[in-house]
Amino acid sequence: MQVKNRLTPFFENITFDREDNEMILNFGPQHPSAHGQLRLMLHLQQEMIVKAHPDIGYLHRGMEKMAENMIYNEFMPTTDRMDYIASSANNYGFALSVERLIGLEVPRRAKVIRMMLLEINRIMSHLFWLATTALDIGAMTVFLFAFREREHLMDIIEGYCGARLTHAAIRIGGVPLDIQDSFIAQLRTFLDKLPANIKDYEDLLNTNRIWLMRMEEVGIISKEMALSWGCTGPMLRASGVAWDIRKEEPYELYDEVEFKVPYSDKGDNFARYRIYMEEMRESAKILYQTIDMYEKCVKDNQTELMAHAPKYVSAPKLDIMTQNYSLMQHFVLVTQGMRPPVGEVYVATESPKGELGFYINSQGGPYPYRLKLRAPSFWHTGILTDLLPGHYIPDVVSIIGTTNIVFGEVDR
Amino acid sequence: MRAYKPKDDVQKKAYYTDRFYVSPQVPKFSVEDDEVFAHDLEAIRAKVEVLDAYIQVGQMVVFIKPEDNYKVLELLRDRCEYTQLSEMSAIDWLAKRGGFEVFYQMLSMNKRKRLRIKMFINKGEAVNSVEKLFRSADWSEREMFDMFGIEANGHPFMKRILMPNDWQGHPLLKSYPLQGDEFASWYEVDKIYGKEARDIIGPELRDTAKVDRYDSERFARLGHEVPKGTKITGNEPKNEQNYQEDGGVFMIKKFDKKDSVVIDDPQR
Repeated sequence: MQVKNRLTPFFENITFDREDNEMILNFGPQHPSAHGQLRLMLHLQQEMIVKAHPDIGYLHRGMEKMAENMIYNEFMPTTDRMDYIASSANNYGFALSVERLIGLEVPRRAKVIRMMLLEINRIMSHLFWLATTALDIGAMTVFLFAFREREHLMDIIEGYCGARLTHAAIRIGGVPLDIQDSFIAQLRTFLDKLPANIKDYEDLLNTNRIWLMRMEEVGIISKEMALSWGCTGPMLRASGVAWDIRKEEPYELYDEVEFKVPYSDKGDNFARYRIYMEEMRESAKILYQTIDMYEKCVKDNQTELMAHAPKYVSAPKLDIMTQNYSLMQHFVLVTQGMRPPVGEVYVATESPKGELGFYINSQGGPYPYRLKLRAPSFWHTGILTDLLPGHYIPDVVSIIGTTNIVFGEVDR
Repeated sequence: MRAYKPKDDVQKKAYYTDRFYVSPQVPKFSVEDDEVFAHDLEAIRAKVEVLDAYIQVGQMVVFIKPEDNYKVLELLRDRCEYTQLSEMSAIDWLAKRGGFEVFYQMLSMNKRKRLRIKMFINKGEAVNSVEKLFRSADWSEREMFDMFGIEANGHPFMKRILMPNDWQGHPLLKSYPLQGDEFASWYEVDKIYGKEARDIIGPELRDTAKVDRYDSERFARLGHEVPKGTKITGNEPKNEQNYQEDGGVFMIKKFDKKDSVVIDDPQR
């Protein structure tokens, strides 16, 4: 049935018949250390890369198109599928941009819960990064250790929203649920153990000869290059720019918590590794503070979890079940969707990978007229074009590892 | 009379809007309200013509002429400390205004400010590439070309980025249906099996979630669809077996197939 000739790829995997002795190596799209469907066409001279051409789009699902055909609340679970390693961060980015568009103020208790979720997601994402990158480089133990801790966090999240990977735990206007009774106790147990755990990873890696050879002085991104390529998050901070949106353009209650922004001026793989480790410590600090903030909310009897805005947000379930008008509002919001005002907004949040931005152009209808997802990994993949030349084949894996790209986000 | 459905915008529309509904507006503020933005706008005004400028949700929006985009972005990068191009893309206004709006989302880390440069281009026009100024535009402009068909003059590698190279059509246009067009439904069949296999395989089912709720015959064959009216049982003989226990069930009448009527047309 299958016509064999039709499956001939555009590029042969290896060509030997070129005059300049240059070899083209096709890396991926099915490569275990490509962290998804990344295809790299590498022009090699001996073992050295002279030209790299990343090819993406293997996971393109057309989320921006889908967004134009969905009401705002309907799109929320779709955002989970962007950076599926830290899906609450995507949910949050979308919720915040819609809230800014319609000018909603979220109740304090919801803000605290959101911050908890965001920071848990950050640690989860960084642990996942550490595990997979270490595994790519050959450190199996770190992989198992980091996944063990990540499992603990996923259990906490599962207790909260029922899902482990695609949470959809945040709503436009707040959060749907209060945290479960065991949440804080579980979180504390985790956080108390975390410093010792991070020390374990660092003991295994920091002075490990193989790790250092693959990390130090490899994949150096200069400050200019990082800025020019639109790098954000740890990629930018490793290159000497102390820019963290949580600190510089605080959203939620990040201006009330104390944390440091780790940065380095080295710009190499090792600097990025150190930043991920430090960020986990800082996230833990933030989490301890949010626990206190949450307990204060409980003490002050602040029970509101969703903003009160009948035009945009459904009333609490109890009201819907008891009051006719709330039920009608809810019905309209579910069947027709909310209609934000005419205007446009670009909101950037600090997701674990970098600046996650949502540009929404609303024309007053229940469907966004245009929604552009600014995913950090997109440019962190693009930079490979300029970053890989001059490196050797084994460096490719470690560089892709430290860029921390997730293809749900690159291709959207 | 059937409601008129415009062909140039096939995206989902609100199915009901009150006659007297007036959309509220996100408030726009004068640029003079913000000292930093006022300064930046002055710098832009000194160099090129500014069509409109205001502040919305804390960010300045500046409308410029499309031919000035390179100059403005160079000015912003070199003089006004807008060191990063966070994002750029286009908005399809073909149906209403016959063109596209292209926006550049800029970030200044020193000033902690974000601004958006916007410009309107007509259908078929290209923009000047800003890839020389910001490397991030390399991929953004390719994405914009892929999604809208807007080319960037002077781009080193103007090629599709997300869709396959031999794809036809630009998916983010408002005239492009959500489930894909005719070309999309044959793409994989042609590619893998060849055009000659079209009759055997049939077009790709692009809407995998589609369920015909009135179809009582084939709803269990989702993913293995056959044309309407096809006998899905093949030559299998009719099974005359009755599934009720011999002794009968308490309170339930014994089912007799001969007394029952089979309705052939499920949509009668």
